[in-house]
Amino acid sequence: MTPKLQIVDLTKRFPATRSSSAGGGADSKAGWLGVLSRVSLDVGQREFVTLLGPSGCGKSTLCNIVAGLIPPDGGEVLLDGAPIGPRRGQVAYMQQKDLLLPWRRVIDNAILGLEIQGVARLEARDEARDLLRRFGLERFEWYYPALLSGGMRQRVALVRTLLCRKDVVVLDEPFGALDAMTRAAMRGYLLRLVEEFGRTILFITHDIEEAILLSDRIYVMSARPGRIRAEIAVPLVRPRDPAHATVVRTKAEITAALHAEMAEAFS
Amino acid sequence: MRAVASETRDPLASPREITARPSIGPVLAHAGPPALLLAAILGLWEWGVRAFGIPFYILPAPSRIATVLVTDRALLASEAAVTLLEIFLGFGIAFVMGIGLALLIFASRTVERAVYPLVIASQTVPVFAIAPLLIVWLGYGMLSKVAMAALIVFFPIVVNTVDGLRAADPDIINLLLILGATPAQVLVKLRAPAALPFVFSGIRIAVATSVIGAVIGEWVGATQGLGFLMIHANAQLHIDLVFAAITVLSLMAVGLFLAVSGIEWLVLPWRRVAGS
Repeated sequence: MTPKLQIVDLTKRFPATRSSSAGGGADSKAGWLGVLSRVSLDVGQREFVTLLGPSGCGKSTLCNIVAGLIPPDGGEVLLDGAPIGPRRGQVAYMQQKDLLLPWRRVIDNAILGLEIQGVARLEARDEARDLLRRFGLERFEWYYPALLSGGMRQRVALVRTLLCRKDVVVLDEPFGALDAMTRAAMRGYLLRLVEEFGRTILFITHDIEEAILLSDRIYVMSARPGRIRAEIAVPLVRPRDPAHATVVRTKAEITAALHAEMAEAFS
Repeated sequence: MRAVASETRDPLASPREITARPSIGPVLAHAGPPALLLAAILGLWEWGVRAFGIPFYILPAPSRIATVLVTDRALLASEAAVTLLEIFLGFGIAFVMGIGLALLIFASRTVERAVYPLVIASQTVPVFAIAPLLIVWLGYGMLSKVAMAALIVFFPIVVNTVDGLRAADPDIINLLLILGATPAQVLVKLRAPAALPFVFSGIRIAVATSVIGAVIGEWVGATQGLGFLMIHANAQLHIDLVFAAITVLSLMAVGLFLAVSGIEWLVLPWRRVAGS
């Protein structure tokens, strides 16, 4: 069976300015900063796959390529076996910043994607209302985003992302700007939602425990240039207990691997 | 299948603030001190004029100005109506053309390179210096004053609108593109609403200066209007009437400013929530 989303030998480098070339690493040629080096991964139908790596490993660049915002220098991205090329709007994409429009009320922020696809406003609102209720936002439909807390704003962004009617959802450190307690609650929302809607998810994080608690599989990336270092399956039922022996052991393994990686990078 | 959220005990559901409706109380608190200061200045003025016996053709007392405001109200109102019409027409023309030019400057690099430097350089020419020319070209009638007001209003509207159109968050532009938006949709759904606060601050500057533009035009050559009235009253040493005209002009400018703020309040409800 073809994986839902396939990334094959993806390579990307950026022209290095003088200031950033110092951290270029062994693979950077003169004047170029290697960001991604032959990154390959696949995400199965309705699978939750996490890309785990330190900051600066090219995770966000990879997301931007999958979203069609920037072209790769090499390799390709396949959706249902077909290359996505430079076309945008084929996957749903959510970032660390909530990017809500301050002049739109919560419900109208949620329907932004549907509205752009040409769905009538009232119909889109009906669809959004149901999802907002599941996220505990039904009392805040008509609020402006400025009145909401960070966690609530991020939930609105998540609703907007899910309402795009896309099979594949790319989440680029969606909870990165939230405090630890809010993060934990958001994880709960996300998990229940994935169980219910069965979307294919590519999740990006640098939080090892978060990756283990959420994912079916984890790809561990190294930095500069970013490449896949390990692939770890987490065959545990959800919701997972952070104190579960397998969770703790997997966390120790990944931490050790990343530490060795970092030590290598900084030696 | 259970709902994702539990409605009753959600630790995240408390908003930072529940009410967003502003009350009149703070407005009074803001208006109080300047009103008191103004009353004190007027009192001192009234006392000084009487105590030192200053004649009205040098400096009329506030009470005398108030009397003129009442007795000559028909004259003042009809001249004010002329000036106000000049302001509205000039402002309207400059607004439509200013927004249009701002969109062109924003849409086309070529237009921007060719026009924008000239628009900015044109501001080094004092509009007052052109006033006599406008009278020559457009005559003593209303047209030359409308042109003056329009010229003086044009610049803040163009510059603020261009800045506003460029102010949209690039990350949100990317978000819209990922959602499949066309450039037209990006303009309508993101750039235009993001530009509105900028446009309004341009308009606020513009309405105050448009009063100046119309009055200067009337000073240089006119047959009607508050500026015309002031010049004539001044020549005849009707200084009380000059002060009455100045009072009406000030009130007009303040009224226009408040009207714009009121429209902004209505059009941008989200700013009320986010601001202050």
